[in-house]
Parts: sequence; C-alpha cells; structure tokens
Amino acid sequence: MSPRRVAVTGLGAICAIAHDCGELREALRDGRSGIRPIELVDRTRLRFPNGAEVTGYRPEDHFEPKEASMVDRFAQFAVIAAREALGQAGIEPSSDLLRKATIVSGSCIGGQTTEDEGFVDLYLKGRPRISPMIIPKTMANAGASRISLEYGVRGPVYTVATACSSSNHAIGQAFWSVRQGTAELAIAGGSEATFSMGILKAWEAMRVVSPETCRPFSKDRSGLILGEAGAMMVLEPLEAAKARGVPVLAEITGFGCSSDAHHLTQPTVEGPAMAIEMALADAGVESGQIGYINAHGTGTAANDPTETAAIRQVFGSGADRLVVSSTKSMHGHTLGAAGALEAVSTILAIRAGFFPPTINYSAPDPRCDLDVVPNEARPGTAENAMSNSFAFGGLNAALVLHFGAD
Amino acid sequence: MPDELAQKVIQCIAETQHLEPEKITVDSTFEELGIDSLDGINILFALETEFDISIPDDAAQSIRTVREMVEGVAKLVAEKDTPESPAQGSD
Repeated sequence: MSPRRVAVTGLGAICAIAHDCGELREALRDGRSGIRPIELVDRTRLRFPNGAEVTGYRPEDHFEPKEASMVDRFAQFAVIAAREALGQAGIEPSSDLLRKATIVSGSCIGGQTTEDEGFVDLYLKGRPRISPMIIPKTMANAGASRISLEYGVRGPVYTVATACSSSNHAIGQAFWSVRQGTAELAIAGGSEATFSMGILKAWEAMRVVSPETCRPFSKDRSGLILGEAGAMMVLEPLEAAKARGVPVLAEITGFGCSSDAHHLTQPTVEGPAMAIEMALADAGVESGQIGYINAHGTGTAANDPTETAAIRQVFGSGADRLVVSSTKSMHGHTLGAAGALEAVSTILAIRAGFFPPTINYSAPDPRCDLDVVPNEARPGTAENAMSNSFAFGGLNAALVLHFGAD
Repeated sequence: MPDELAQKVIQCIAETQHLEPEKITVDSTFEELGIDSLDGINILFALETEFDISIPDDAAQSIRTVREMVEGVAKLVAEKDTPESPAQGSD
C-alpha cells in the first residue's frame, strides 16, 4: 500500500507585514518590510533599535478580556493563525474531524514575555508575590493547548522546542503523523512573541542582531532582525480533502531533520545538507525537481555562506538553476514561528505565481552566490519547493512542498 | 462584616474575572459566578496584593463563597494590624 498523500487545506498567519494570509501574500509580492523601530520595549537600552513587531495588534479584537488576560501574546498569535487556517479548511469548532486530530506547535521561548514581567515584579520591584498566571501563560504548549480547548481537539497535542527550527519540526511531525495514518487531521505551525527586555538583551549579548536591517545573502549583511509571528496550517490526507471538496493549497511530500553534533551555535555545512537530502529522499524527488527554496537566510555572517554551501553540496551544478530567497528580510526572524511562517509564505507565493524577494539586498557576496531574487518579487512557479530551518544547538529541518495536486 | 472590606473584595473579584461588580454579592457562590480553581488562585493573588496579606494554601482550598473570602481576608487583615502578630513582618 502506498503511503497517504498529505494535503495542506488551510493557512493562517499574523506577523510584522500582515495580520492574515491575504495581506501576507500581497506584502510578499510587494517586498514590503516589517522592520521598524521597536515600540514594545524601550529601545534606547538596546544596541539594536529595530525589530519586526506585529503592529496595530489589539488582543481585544480577538479575545474576550478575561481570556486575553490568561493567554500570553505568543499563544494568542498561535490561536489567531489556527482560526484562520481552520476557517479556510472549512472546519468549525467541535467538528467531528477535530475529535481525533493532532496539534503540533513550535515555539522557541514560549511565554517568556510574561515570565519577564513577573520577574521584574519579583526581583526589581521587590514584590513578595507574582501572578499565578505566569506558569500557565509561560508554558511553551500554551498555544497548542488553547487551540485544543477552543476547537475541542482531543488527539495528540504537543509542542516542539528546537529553537529556530521549532515549527519546521512541528510541521514535519504533523505531516508524518497524517501520512502514516496516526491522525486524520493536523493543525501544525508555531508562534513567538519575542519582544521583552530580558529576551532582547539576551539576544544582544549573542552579537548576531543587526544594528540596522536584515540583508540576507548580501555582502554588507550585519545580522538578523528579531520578529514575532504566529503561523499555522491544516493538514489532512489528500483523498479526504478531495472528498470534503475543499481546495488543496499544496501537498507536503517530504521532511528531513538532522543534528550537527558539532557546536551549540556554529553551523556546519554537513548538518543542513543532510536534512535537505533526507527531505528530498522522504519526498521521493530528485534535487533537480526542486524549483524554489525558502532559505533559512538569517542575514548573519555565519548562516548565509554555510547555507549556500549546503545547498551547493546537495544540488551540485543544479544550484545555479535554483531560485532561493529569504523572506526573513521582510518579516524578520520569528524564531520558533519561522519554519511555519516561511512554509506558509512559500505556499502563498507559489500559488500566486511569484517568487518572494530577498529585500535589502545591496551587493553580491561570492560566498553566497545563489539566485536570491534580490529586492523584487519575480513571476514564476515551481512544481516542488523547500523550506529550510536551522537552529542553534545544531538542529536542522527541511520540508518539501508539492504544487499541482488540485 | 465590614462593608468597605467586602466591597474591596468584590472589586478584586470583578476586576480579575472581568465581571460587573453589581453582579457580585457576599452571598454569591463561586459556582454561580463561574469561578473555577484557576480563577480562584488569580483572585487570591489580587487579594494578597490589595490587602498586603498572605493567604495560606489550606485556606485557599476551602473557600467556596464570597462571604468566606471576605471573612478570611478580614481575619488576616486584623492579624496584620495587631502589633505582635508574626504576619506583621519586621521591616
């Protein structure tokens, strides 16, 4: 019996350049930047002034006041993205399909913004007690659990924490689960709310955040720009989607993941290359069949040449025919949400017939000599695409998407 | 039961639960107000902050009505206001 094919039937996203997927598609097409002066914390205390915040966000537009007070911003983003994705897939709360569904979410830092506020009360203000909501708001599974509560999902619900690969791993796990018949429906993705003083100062100390903007693969790149987001997708067997009569937005056909076993923060070429090879093998496609890669492309000194070398190692001379771009240049590095936001972005762009650009690109770097779609989106399509995520801790993940099943 | 203290307790419950204070009386039960165990500890946190008291865990588990809550808080406030009370703190 051949394995089940897995369809994506719903997408949801909220990030610095869009509050939903319709806006996201147009922002990607326009090459719009969500990188702006940080407003959520006092940026004068930081060495970097810019971030990719979700602006104009009002929790009360999405949640009852009491619920909003019990759910951290990162989990709110997860819920908002899941609602959009489930709505597009035509699935109502408490639907029979959800009873045995799975939710796999990714988050790197969970509700540490809430924790940070509590610790300010405790350590700085000398308060004798802190809120009992810190524990349930901070837990990394808060987003997944909230979606489960709201929709009545009773199957396997869990959260993957693999730093910047978290939601790529999450989608991969959900994909495998649907493909092997463990779940008939999956809600998968990730979310992150990055902007608290403690988190930002910790990133500052890593010396990988750009003092200006994110310029992936560009010779003058100066680091990543932190972002926040929620992004989710609905997965189900292709045949089930067709039987329900819902549009198939893409198929997920392969997932690969690997560990560098080398260093906490220094990337290798071999680890990412292995994840990419595993994803291709899992999808049963040759490297030459891939037309577009949404790169991890952080804009740091170390990532971009290493990722270029990994792609060249796997794709050989075919790498020169590949279209590669980093949408982080627009929506920032959303950490645990990155894999999902970038997979969602890839599906939106390819379906709309364009390759999203790498904006803020100013000069070629011979060590990053791929076609990175500089600055302006390009019309085009791909039968198969990839989305890469590589994390601190040496954890690599890659998804293969297929277009044309509908 | 001191009315002013009862009103403050009701205000804490109203703010924590996002309820109208007019809908809460000292005779309301937590069940009537839809207050579950997690809501309960949130209210205790608000009361501890408002009255600068420390509510022991065993008391927290047995309270089921607004009246019990007001009485419990009144007792702890009275103990705090007694100079020899250990709950007073040394500084």
